[in-house]
Amino acid sequence: MKWYITKRLLMLVPVLLGVSILSFALIQLAPGDPAITMAGEHASVQTINAIREKYGLDKPLTTQYWIWLKRVLHGDMGRSIVSNEYVTKEILHRFPNTVELTFFAMAIAILVGSFAGIISASRQYSILDYSTMGVALFGVSMPVFWLGIMLMMIFGVFLRWLPISGRIDSLIPFKRITGFYLLDSIITGNIPAFISTIRYLILPSIALGTIPMATIARVTRSSMLEVLRQDFIRTERAKGLSERLVIYKHAARNAMLPVITVIGLNFGLLLAGAILTETVFSWPGIGRYVINAVRMRDYPAVQGCVLFFAFMFVIVNLITDILYVFIDPRIKYK
Amino acid sequence: MEKKKETRATEAIRRLKYNKSATFGLAILIILILCAIFANVIAPNNPIPSPPDLANKLKPGFWSAEGLKGKPLGTDALGRCVLSRIIYGTRVSLSAGFVAVGIAMILGITFGIIAGYFGGWVDAVIMRFVDIMFAFPALLLAIVIVTIIGQGLSKAMIAIGIVYTPQMARIIRSSVLYIKEMEYIEVQTALGSRNLRIIFRHVLPNSVAPVIVYGTLMLATAILDCAALGFLGLGAQPPTPEWGAMLSKSYSYIVSGAWWVATFPGIAILFSVLGLNLLGDGLRDILDPRLKT
Repeated sequence: MKWYITKRLLMLVPVLLGVSILSFALIQLAPGDPAITMAGEHASVQTINAIREKYGLDKPLTTQYWIWLKRVLHGDMGRSIVSNEYVTKEILHRFPNTVELTFFAMAIAILVGSFAGIISASRQYSILDYSTMGVALFGVSMPVFWLGIMLMMIFGVFLRWLPISGRIDSLIPFKRITGFYLLDSIITGNIPAFISTIRYLILPSIALGTIPMATIARVTRSSMLEVLRQDFIRTERAKGLSERLVIYKHAARNAMLPVITVIGLNFGLLLAGAILTETVFSWPGIGRYVINAVRMRDYPAVQGCVLFFAFMFVIVNLITDILYVFIDPRIKYK
Repeated sequence: MEKKKETRATEAIRRLKYNKSATFGLAILIILILCAIFANVIAPNNPIPSPPDLANKLKPGFWSAEGLKGKPLGTDALGRCVLSRIIYGTRVSLSAGFVAVGIAMILGITFGIIAGYFGGWVDAVIMRFVDIMFAFPALLLAIVIVTIIGQGLSKAMIAIGIVYTPQMARIIRSSVLYIKEMEYIEVQTALGSRNLRIIFRHVLPNSVAPVIVYGTLMLATAILDCAALGFLGLGAQPPTPEWGAMLSKSYSYIVSGAWWVATFPGIAILFSVLGLNLLGDGLRDILDPRLKT
């Protein structure tokens, strides 16, 4: 086990190095002088010269990379051209919003998706099975931004049930502590803020969660069908265990392995989906930030976000891999 | 050799007929291709009329008494026929998808074969690079590439093609590794055939099945990603009738009640992607039972 985790951690080194080189290259590859790229087109000569000095932009590329990497490792990803704030600060300020959104989306996806998959498998070839899988098929083929627009239109504009953009009702007093709105409203005992946050979360989370939900439902179904065909299930049934116990306790538990892999793999899709969902719902997260940065040609901000996204993605994949070994100890013998 | 290939292809077609969902997917693809080719014949109106018909902006379609004659799905904010723009959009989305997947195939097959066939350090270097590319969510990587090379439809196609390359390379590599171990390749090596000859005459033709299967599935995601870039304003630029770009200002349309402007282009994307997914899944079952999970 220890050996596996060490090996897996060592494998991270070249990937992270590569990720950092690619992110570094972003500014180098952008058209024009890197110093102007980093300072912005309208920067003064002094600012440009200061940046050239600071990042050693007149030195060879490898030196530049090391200077940049050292800064990044110290948490300095440069300043945004638009706001002149530190990019790290801008990202960390928005990070809780993206986490809360993706967390809710994933929670909905896992709960509904695995449940739908289990139901489908336990009633294979029934109308329920066909309709669930039909819906799931639509779910995986749906453009997430369009689904967001449709939800917004139906539940926000026509029915007026839920708010369509933003994070919380601006009329409700709210004190920011951790930046996680739900957590903060619980800490401060602010019930109206809590309810408002939930209301603002519902539509974006459903939009973002639908694709992974559909994928999870499909994978759970096929994995369940495989498990249900195995001998130990027949034994359980022969023993006279209730069907409910057989399916939910014994079969489902064994069927969850591939589902966990899919959840891990879907995280990348979820991050990409967050970029689109946040844009649709004006959600103040990192996804919307990176798109605005791209539009404003705010290269330091784009670079910071890209590095941050890739880093998160790599870490989640690592966690999935390690979790996998914990759940299925057979893997470590390979 | 030639005859055997033909029977394999005809057998695949025969089995495709029995796979209902794949047939449905193929039907959608054929409809899309026909729409793309004959867009100028099918579309009732010019998708980019100039000057714009602002007097008839945001008019509903056939379901409403206020609807305009000859504009069945209503008009957008510039008075343009939504249906015609969707039909012309097939041309844009489909060709963007094919070009992107084509780029991914050419690069992916090249790198995949080199990595799989030669192995050793060449393989290690290529596969580490693939790992690094996989560390970025696909859409983010596409956005990054577009940031560097510039915005626009053709740039978006290139970006998506590059982003999909590692995926294709990995698939080809594993298929090459599998074929390489076959006895007949060993025979070829023993007979003294040159590497290039073995690759082009034996390895490549035997990798066709996964290329077709994953190429089809990739086409579906390429259309999705291309629409996403268009929606974000980084892909196709107005006035190009592209499905994603058509949705990019939908917020203002739905608030003003013009639901059709925001609805129909999305349905077009949904059905194209759905059809290609069904076809890809069906082809996988037929062509390469090994890949069935």
